[in-house]
Amino acid sequence: MFAIITVVGVDMVGIIAKVSAILADRGVNIASISQTILDEYFTMMMRVDLSGLKVPRAALKEDLEKAGEEIGVKVTLIHEEVLQAMHRI
Amino acid sequence: MIFTPFEIQETVRMFSMQKLDIRTVTMGISLRDCASSSGEEARRRIYDKITRRAERLVAVGREIETEFGIPIINTRISVTPIAMVAEASGESDYVEFARTLDKAAKTVGVNFLGGFSALVQKGCTKGDLTLLSSLPRALAETDIVCGSVNVASTQAGINMDAVRRMGEIIKDLAARTAAAGGIGCAKLVVFANAVEDNPFMAGAFHGPGEAESAINVGLSGPGVIKSALEGLSGASFDEVAETIKKTAFKITRMGELVAHEASRRLGVPFGIIDLSLAPTPAVGDSVARILQEMGLEHVGAPGSTAALALLNDAVKKGGIMASSHVGGLSGAFIPVTEDEGMVEAAQRGCLSIEKLEAMTCVCSVGLDMILIPGDTPASTVSAIIADEAAIGVTNHKTTAVRLIPAPGRRPGDRVEFGGLLGGGPVMAVSPLSAEGFIARGGRIPAPVHSFRN
Repeated sequence: MFAIITVVGVDMVGIIAKVSAILADRGVNIASISQTILDEYFTMMMRVDLSGLKVPRAALKEDLEKAGEEIGVKVTLIHEEVLQAMHRI
Repeated sequence: MIFTPFEIQETVRMFSMQKLDIRTVTMGISLRDCASSSGEEARRRIYDKITRRAERLVAVGREIETEFGIPIINTRISVTPIAMVAEASGESDYVEFARTLDKAAKTVGVNFLGGFSALVQKGCTKGDLTLLSSLPRALAETDIVCGSVNVASTQAGINMDAVRRMGEIIKDLAARTAAAGGIGCAKLVVFANAVEDNPFMAGAFHGPGEAESAINVGLSGPGVIKSALEGLSGASFDEVAETIKKTAFKITRMGELVAHEASRRLGVPFGIIDLSLAPTPAVGDSVARILQEMGLEHVGAPGSTAALALLNDAVKKGGIMASSHVGGLSGAFIPVTEDEGMVEAAQRGCLSIEKLEAMTCVCSVGLDMILIPGDTPASTVSAIIADEAAIGVTNHKTTAVRLIPAPGRRPGDRVEFGGLLGGGPVMAVSPLSAEGFIARGGRIPAPVHSFRN
């Protein structure tokens, strides 16, 4: 069960550390990670495996969004199946 | 990464900025086996069946919303037209049935329940007549029950007796809910060529040709289409149509995912995806703004009908391939009070009921959520219904009328309903009388199906 986490905002030290600490603490494994500059914004994308998730998915989503707000970036969590449906036939 | 950054960002923006959501997951439930010669027994069966079948509907909607990160705005229920279910009871008033539906819907926690309905395109049975006479009180005295009446079809023509009654019923219902601007009328739709699997309110019912139960999903994504067109200023219509098609495809695929997931989790067969672009009063969720994006100063300007025809067709073309079963109304909705861009156009005097009528020839549904003066005669309301039904019957499409004669209000007065229903200005109606026309009654015969020119 995979999901995609995106982090968009102004680049700064510790963004990846902050997000990955939350993930590690909740049993989420990072399968792949990439970062790029898209529309002048720092954009990080992670493909994560939620099969070992120790908290409800809603709680994970909330924690990530809260952490993002603290450092001024926008964090979103999308189920991989949604992207699969939209972008792959 | 399996997906490109562009793809991921496109999806993120659809949800976060462009208000893409599932408007409704609607569970259709057949109540045909609830009929009984005792009204009390029938109502007990109805309550039991709805609360049993839809017990987990709201919870499953929330589960999917959280797990997939897709907002689901409403969960709803549609049932067999109540005239068919209640008829065997022999009762002379069906208000109690509406109360039972209201109670059952509230018990399971859905937002709306549709199906306080009758299909009378060719004529009325005893049960149909009882339902019609119960409509004003039933909808005024319940909260989340919606009703609809199909008064015409391409095969049967237009039942002008029913059309006349509907004008009176709408006026009566408005008077009973006068304190709230006639809001009761927002829960009543008059149809021509009604579809049996529509998930949208107020016209949803579970048609007699449907299975025992089905999950039907309605989408909402005007904001996504508008954003997609924003990058195309000055581009030709070939490009505009292509872009709308591709975007509609993506949106519908998401609806398909949710529909199958809901169907699997509830153990109820998947029915259809309704591809309609349903606006909400929120800024950025408007069909009118899509037409403006195509180059019109305001919706209502010359060119509006052509723009809407293109939009409606491109949405269908993109969506049909994305879903295994498309149904319902499937097209662009043009309600007035529920669409921020329509409201602005109406307020500026850019939009008339006559222009809206023309636009309904090429899109989904019809004259929807339009506030008209409270002193509009019932015969005029009926005549507007007859015009709209004629468009549907002749063009082999669904049309509908949901007019709100706001008691005591005059053209230009503003009425606010709040929530998804929005609010807007009272629009002027022609002062010319149709009294003699409506008084005739009888049936307008079905149109000829060949020699189509």
